[in-house]
Amino acid sequence: MTDLTRLPAAELAAKIHAREVTAVEVTQAHLDRIAEVDGLVHAFLHVDAEGALATARAVDADLAEGREPASALAGVPLALKDVLTTKDMPTTCGSRTLENWVPPYDATVTRRLRRAGVVILGKTNMDEFAMGSSTENSAFGPTRNPWDPERIPGGSGGGSSASLAAFEAPLAIGTDTGGSIRQPGAVTGTVGVKPTYGGVSRYGLVAFSSSLDQAGPCARTVLDAALLHEVIAGHDPLDSTSIDAPVPPVVAAAREGASGDLSGVRVGYVREFAGEHYQRGVLGSFERALGQLREQGAEVVEVSCPNFAYALPAYYLIAPSECSSNLARFDAMRYGLRVADDGEHSAEEVMSASREAGFGPEVKRRIMLGTYALSSGYYDAYYGSAQKVRTLISRDFAAAFERVDVLVSPTTPTTAFRIGERVDDPLAMYYADLCTIPANLAGNAAMSVPSGLSDDDGLPVGLQIMAPALADERLYRVGAAYETVRGPLLDRVPELKGVSV
Amino acid sequence: MTAVAELMDYAEVVERFDPVLGLEVHVELSTRTKMFCGCANLFGGKPNTHVCPTCLGLPGALPVMNGRAVESAIRIGLALNCEIAEWCRFARKNYFYPDMPKNFQTSQYDEPIAFDGHLDVVLDDGEVVRVGIERAHMEEDTGKSLHVGGATGRIHGAEHSLLDYNRAGVPLIEIVTKPITGTGERAPEVARAYVTALRDLLRAMDVSDVRMDQGSLRCDANVSLMRKGASEFGTRTETKNVNSLRSVERAVRYEMTRQAAVLAGGGTVKQETRHFQEADGTTSSGRTKETAEDYRYFPEPDLVPVAPSREWVEQLRATLPELPWERRKRIQQEWNLTDEELRDLINTGAADLVAATVDAGAEPGEARSWWVQYLTQQANAREVELADLPITPAQVARVIELVKSGELTNKLAREVVQGVLAGEGGPDEVVDRRGLKVVSDDSALLAAVDEALAAQPDVAEKIRGGKVQAAGAIVGAVMKATKGQADAKRVRELILERVGG
Repeated sequence: MTDLTRLPAAELAAKIHAREVTAVEVTQAHLDRIAEVDGLVHAFLHVDAEGALATARAVDADLAEGREPASALAGVPLALKDVLTTKDMPTTCGSRTLENWVPPYDATVTRRLRRAGVVILGKTNMDEFAMGSSTENSAFGPTRNPWDPERIPGGSGGGSSASLAAFEAPLAIGTDTGGSIRQPGAVTGTVGVKPTYGGVSRYGLVAFSSSLDQAGPCARTVLDAALLHEVIAGHDPLDSTSIDAPVPPVVAAAREGASGDLSGVRVGYVREFAGEHYQRGVLGSFERALGQLREQGAEVVEVSCPNFAYALPAYYLIAPSECSSNLARFDAMRYGLRVADDGEHSAEEVMSASREAGFGPEVKRRIMLGTYALSSGYYDAYYGSAQKVRTLISRDFAAAFERVDVLVSPTTPTTAFRIGERVDDPLAMYYADLCTIPANLAGNAAMSVPSGLSDDDGLPVGLQIMAPALADERLYRVGAAYETVRGPLLDRVPELKGVSV
Repeated sequence: MTAVAELMDYAEVVERFDPVLGLEVHVELSTRTKMFCGCANLFGGKPNTHVCPTCLGLPGALPVMNGRAVESAIRIGLALNCEIAEWCRFARKNYFYPDMPKNFQTSQYDEPIAFDGHLDVVLDDGEVVRVGIERAHMEEDTGKSLHVGGATGRIHGAEHSLLDYNRAGVPLIEIVTKPITGTGERAPEVARAYVTALRDLLRAMDVSDVRMDQGSLRCDANVSLMRKGASEFGTRTETKNVNSLRSVERAVRYEMTRQAAVLAGGGTVKQETRHFQEADGTTSSGRTKETAEDYRYFPEPDLVPVAPSREWVEQLRATLPELPWERRKRIQQEWNLTDEELRDLINTGAADLVAATVDAGAEPGEARSWWVQYLTQQANAREVELADLPITPAQVARVIELVKSGELTNKLAREVVQGVLAGEGGPDEVVDRRGLKVVSDDSALLAAVDEALAAQPDVAEKIRGGKVQAAGAIVGAVMKATKGQADAKRVRELILERVGG
């Protein structure tokens, strides 16, 4: 019998809807795989076997009674990043502060997944409050990269991407504030998409940086990502920043791209994304990808986005500023960790002690950075200047998109680094998001699609594709086309069963 | 106990100093739902029953603007002769306090919806003072803390605190005056007249309950003094907890005499928040902040900018009701009042109430006499504003109607009004419950007349002898016997009929 955990979501859905396999069998296969390998990988913080099987049974019952499947993905399992609220599972955001917190409400993404009959297996590990690029900042221990358990799976959504590469789930949801979907996708050899800002509701997404956060699909194929994109995207009246426009035709674009033909598509590569911070093998993989795109008929040209050089510093002012305010609510008064509540301490002291105990060092660092950047007398120099950079970056994008349909770059300057390698060097860690941050600052759409393995270390490399806001379908057309020439990849992930570290 | 502050004689204060006022008024809008969520906007209610993830500030929850609140804000701005911003944003005001669920207040900072207006205020003697309006901006209310166990009800000395978030997220408009200068000895009066005028205006617009006693209209009074002839403002204090119109006047006056004494003694006024003490009319120092509060304002990323079209603004302008001062001008003409009569009406706060009573069908003279005389006495006895008496103009009109139709005597009517004020229901209900209908049944009256005549045969004899005025004693006896529920005129007729016949 086929190993159900190896199949893409589209094929699983086809088999389930044709009643060749049941959703329960598919779900059980993934739960079994989680039981086998997650002790090593640690992609999940919480697995809800009963809830998953109940959803699967409901899908099977619907199909047995001859009803149409609730969606193209009904019955397919999924791993949900632990930053989206779920009323039947804890939502910890990888933080001690929210350990065991079960929200009283579902995020809009969660609700849409449930409505679509998608089977939620559990909640995935992440850097605390999505702050990090390695998942080492999780209060509950790091996630390991299935390609090499000594290495990081990227972050903040390392759990979601690792679950895909480890065949624990065919689909996952991530959130991307500065690259937290795309960078883990790149270093695990999986697909990750940051939709246009406002394309997917943020309601129930525990905020890190409100003006940058965006939930999106993670999968092993571009088509699977497109199918998931359609399930979760669309206007939500509960999110004021949600776009009130039809969802871009991403599934149709992915199917169109599968022809492999890119004739007439103009592709720009960003001149500024190269240099000292880039690993040789990553640049080599990127060069190969450009050649393949040319062969597929794309017109490939160089473009310059000079202000992208300021993206990283601008991001590290805006994101911490917003986070300092967003995380202020964790004050031990209404929910979450509370310490020193012994009748001897004031509310203010209990709050301070609880925040001290509940937040990890990276979260504290960013709260302090942001508090400083917003403080009176510094606002204009820091937050104000960063907002101006943001405008300049948007202009760079706008100018580039007058010449080309999509921009491409390496997703991340290096392949997966070793666990522990950068924990004491925050700046080195921040460089992991060098190429992904501009799309967050400008709010446009971007994807990471695997571009094979790096020549120098044999680890996965990601090709980043960027499209204008509201033109998410271009990512899928180009990504799916590129996928046809890249060749298979994930069957080279080492066997994880029985491995220990 | 704090030391009793030294005060300067008021006459001396105004001889040596010029007061400068700044009034900040917070108005709770009476929208059906809260500012950023669908929870009911109701005063009171069981604690924490009108709450949801958004107004509790739960992780992941997002605000959505209440369009009605924006509409009210614009209308208020227009009524205050303000400019309406073509584009404005909300901002986050960051500070920690347990009654504020997100630990930031969603407010407006440097981009208020309305700015640069004025309100003309009429003083008791008819003098008109134009008060400049700096701005009117939108924000959300906080929850309420109840400090239990202390002597003062304030946080110091309390054993524990209870939090009620029903009020959290209720829409507020904050109206800030420009510095009010040049009012001299009339400053306290101007302060009171301004808040009164604002209250009347907001009531006429039907945008708020404007109940100072319930906190739906709250005033903070900024007061400073400068020496006669000086051109720079002195240091100001901000007095909070000013919960009635009378308190506004008292608080300003008290601060003037206190600050003058400090300055005259060679001291400096400390910039601080002070609390008004209703009981003795003094103000006391709030907790001194060791460092200046830095609210780290920045634009609220969870909300989109508000950009009211000029068409919409003009439509809203057309919905403004007849403003109270316009109405007063009109009623003076229509009711043929002298300036003095009109002033009495205004000084008692009765003008709008009388007008509303007339609108409800009463004759102007009757309506005026009820409000200016009997009801003003009742308000004074209860130490509340006339408008805060628990009786509506429509109910007063009904009482007047019952008198006119002969169903109540004037004496009974006052008793009915007492019943309404005591919360026994509307006039008709009180009449029923207390059995206050005029006894118009002649047979019942005749029995009482016969009894009275029999009891005072000498008086009966006098009447028979032609001394008609002697009938008064019998009328009195009958009225006593019927507990005043008889129509005295009819009783007299019956007596004369009986004796004469």
